[in-house]
Amino acid sequence: MPLIDLANPTRFLRLANQTIPWLGGVTLIVFAFGIDQAMIAPDDYQQGATVKIMFIHVPSAWLGMLGWGLMSAAALGTLVWRHPLADVTAKAAAPIGAAFTLLCLVTGSLWGRPEWGTYWVWDARLTSELILFLLYLGVIALWRTVDDPSRAARAAAILTLVGAVDLPIIKFSVDWWNTLHQGASVFRLGGSTIYPTILIPLFIMAVAFTLLFATLLLAAMRNEILRRRVRTLHLMQANAVN
Amino acid sequence: MGATAHIDFIAAAYAAAVIIIGALIAWIAVDYRMQIHTLAELDEQGVARRSATSRTERAIEQAKAAADAKAKGRA
Repeated sequence: MPLIDLANPTRFLRLANQTIPWLGGVTLIVFAFGIDQAMIAPDDYQQGATVKIMFIHVPSAWLGMLGWGLMSAAALGTLVWRHPLADVTAKAAAPIGAAFTLLCLVTGSLWGRPEWGTYWVWDARLTSELILFLLYLGVIALWRTVDDPSRAARAAAILTLVGAVDLPIIKFSVDWWNTLHQGASVFRLGGSTIYPTILIPLFIMAVAFTLLFATLLLAAMRNEILRRRVRTLHLMQANAVN
Repeated sequence: MGATAHIDFIAAAYAAAVIIIGALIAWIAVDYRMQIHTLAELDEQGVARRSATSRTERAIEQAKAAADAKAKGRA
């Protein structure tokens, strides 16, 4: 099927119905393998067993940022190309990205208490991540405030593109400012500082979380297309009565 | 540092993951059922999108309308 065919919501629904069960199954298998590998991974020589929090904290952080990146690309699709599925993607991705960002904040806080002696500190990395979560809540609120989906899409797209400024700030906050949060240790010049016995389970968990994100996004997009059909039918019904 | 040190923080982090992701999955599943249920209700009420009406149904409607018009013309 050519990629352009996916622009048709009916074709997209058919593809989503076929794909979601398979993708969900693969996600479950990769998660089972990833959790098994995470549990048998050795403790860190400094942090001990608390390093196991990393296997959910780091993928959640990546996906929180990926979610906003995806919404930013979709925002361009809405504003520039008016792609029929662009605003559906943006609206569907917002609560999923918000959930992963919240999970990142919660697990980071639970990791911080034994390592730093505090649940929270207003350093640049933690604060910029909290701002990302608040931006997600803002976009979700905007979608719910404006009744007409196409008007809501344009307003949300502008807020999304403005909020995208936060992504490089999150990424480079540990380089630009003195933070309690550690510096980059996975993707950095000179290679990762994490030993493979911990790095490999982290990558498996990252793949599992990404598959989960993709499955949930497809399902949420399907819901959004159906919701718009319901809205159209309700409008038709109201017009018929009038 | 032993494997059981700070086990409560590790357990709380994994529990938070289960709760947050579980709630997200449940919300998406319930939302899907609600949309399908509402669409089925509207379908029962005979409300359908123009593009969803099949050609056959449209052809039958047109044939009925033509037959009615003929019958009126004879009368």
